[in-house]
Amino acid sequence: MENLRVLLVDDEEELVETLAERLEIRGIDAEAVTNGEDALRLLLDYTFDVVLLDVRMPGISGLEVLKLIRRQRPNTQVILITGHGSAEDGENGMHDGAFDYVVKPIDIDTLIGKMRDAAKKSRESVRP
Amino acid sequence: MESTADDKKKVEAGPEKEEEPETQGEFSYRRIWRHTVLLTLMVSLAPLVIMTVINYYQYQKALTAEMIHPTSLILSNSKRSLEFFLAERLSALRLVVHDRSLGSLCDRDRLEDSLRNVNTSFGGFVDLGLIQKDGRQCGYVGPYELAGKDYKGQDWFREVSLRGEYVSDVFMGYRGVPHFVIAVRHDDDDGNFHVLRATVGADTLSHHSISLDLKPTSDAFIINRDGILQTPSNFNGEFLHKSKIPVPPFRSESQVVEQHDAAGNPYVLGYAYVERSPFIVMMVKRQDDLLTSWLALRGDLLGFLLTSVVLIMIVVFWSSTLMVNRIRRADMRRAEFVHNIEYTSKMASIGRLAAGVAHEINNPLAIINEKAGLMKDLVGMTEDFPHKERFLKTIAAITKSVDRCSAITHRLLGFAKRMDVKLETIDLEELLKEVLSFLGKEAAYRNIQIDFHVDEEIPSIESDRGQLQQVFLNIINNAVAAVDKDGHIDIWIEKRRDGQVRVRIKDDGHGISRENLKKIFEPFFTTKKEYGTGLGLSITYGIVQKLGGNIEVESEVGKGTSFIITLPIQVTKF
Repeated sequence: MENLRVLLVDDEEELVETLAERLEIRGIDAEAVTNGEDALRLLLDYTFDVVLLDVRMPGISGLEVLKLIRRQRPNTQVILITGHGSAEDGENGMHDGAFDYVVKPIDIDTLIGKMRDAAKKSRESVRP
Repeated sequence: MESTADDKKKVEAGPEKEEEPETQGEFSYRRIWRHTVLLTLMVSLAPLVIMTVINYYQYQKALTAEMIHPTSLILSNSKRSLEFFLAERLSALRLVVHDRSLGSLCDRDRLEDSLRNVNTSFGGFVDLGLIQKDGRQCGYVGPYELAGKDYKGQDWFREVSLRGEYVSDVFMGYRGVPHFVIAVRHDDDDGNFHVLRATVGADTLSHHSISLDLKPTSDAFIINRDGILQTPSNFNGEFLHKSKIPVPPFRSESQVVEQHDAAGNPYVLGYAYVERSPFIVMMVKRQDDLLTSWLALRGDLLGFLLTSVVLIMIVVFWSSTLMVNRIRRADMRRAEFVHNIEYTSKMASIGRLAAGVAHEINNPLAIINEKAGLMKDLVGMTEDFPHKERFLKTIAAITKSVDRCSAITHRLLGFAKRMDVKLETIDLEELLKEVLSFLGKEAAYRNIQIDFHVDEEIPSIESDRGQLQQVFLNIINNAVAAVDKDGHIDIWIEKRRDGQVRVRIKDDGHGISRENLKKIFEPFFTTKKEYGTGLGLSITYGIVQKLGGNIEVESEVGKGTSFIITLPIQVTKF
């Protein structure tokens, strides 16, 4: 499999930066932003296999960003990040087209597993 | 569960208790009950008692009058009869003395003729004697040797000379036969006078007094104005001796009065002064005669009063108890309702707070987790990293702590969300173990052993997870508080024959006194003083009821307490 290209979106800068670094260590090409607007801007110019998206963010919420991505980049798969109290958010997001969700604190191996599955789906849908 | 008494008792939860709920503070149901009973008794008994007292006195008055009236009637008749008798005898003498000359009356044969005539016509005469103005008896016929006797200077002679007639007291004559004397004066044409004197048997008097139809307890007799008995008496003294009853004051008409004897016993005295004589007709009626009928009536009256009082008291006690119990039950339900609302809103606030805290903690936790992960990655990548092993161990400890924190926020959020009633399939054992995980630390510190005893094939039940957790958390929390260090708590999960599931939580703690056991499900009842709200078991009771179950408690002071919660497999009512 080619190198994964993922976009990490979470208002907690420390979290996304660290997560990006850890993914990079594991050979995954990870880009980190801290709000929905930046994410959407990047998505206009670049293609990502998977977007890891926090549900609750100031400004545009994760679920709104999800809807826009699904509309503009239907091939890009989205994995949502939720807190414990908002597991429903993750499930709702899956109804809105998210590939899957992970619960904070994130287990890196589980996350990578889910990302690979998502990327696989993403690339399959690109090919006819 | 703290307690002091020592009886074993089983109670089923519910507001219907006989004891006064002291938790109501100054609002005392016993006081309301007392006031109601007193007021109702006063209002209903006072008129009854007043009416009975009035009746009592009216009847007494009526009965007394009933006794006095006939007595008065008989007395009047008796007086008139005696007066007529005396007047008749005096008239007979007058007729004789008027009809005959002095000379013929001094003649013994003629006088004897006259005695025979008056005895034939009137009867009762024993002798006849004619006394001249100088007091010498010139003629006499009769059983005594009185011819020639000089009466001058004697009281009776003076009296008849002055008043024209005379009736004496009864006295024993020479023959030992009681009699009395009557005499009339006759004025001659020449200004002189002579007196005709006769002796009459005293037995004739008795006919006029004893003829009264009397009961054995009554007495009728004649006395003179000195109180000497002129006829025999049943109870009031000896014949010709002083009567036991004093001489009543003079009245021209017959009188009936109530008097008391020396022993204080009441009696009715009727008396009548007989005109132109020293006689007083007396009649004594003991009130016993009256009392027989009066006592019967009084018994009836008192019996009626007592029966009424007892019946009224029973009704008043019963209805007041019923009413106050209803008020209390209504108050209980209202209080429970209010408490439930308060509790719900309190729990909602706590829920919101818990959710907020959990969220806020979760984000830094996620960062710590990632940072630790990164550190692990970096250390792992560097071959000759100094203290590599120690670093990896430290990082592992950090990650483990993050997991623990994460579990706590998870639970916090889980509890916060349980305000809504939501039915789901529940494995009771798993649920109880989850609850225990909250209390596990405290139990472990105090070395309290908690054992599970689970029947085989316990079915999953359909109920509300959050509410049930609340129930068991409350009860197990109480059990942990009740046992001492090294105590035991046993939890049984049993399948009942009727398909219900029973959870029994038994501790070997202090136990609950019988007195407290009755109140334990009441809102605001607590033995924890300032630490307890008194709501825990009340809410627990409410939840179990709401979920279609039942909660019971058994306790013995010093031996421990068992809470038994029965739950249906499926909730049929909400």
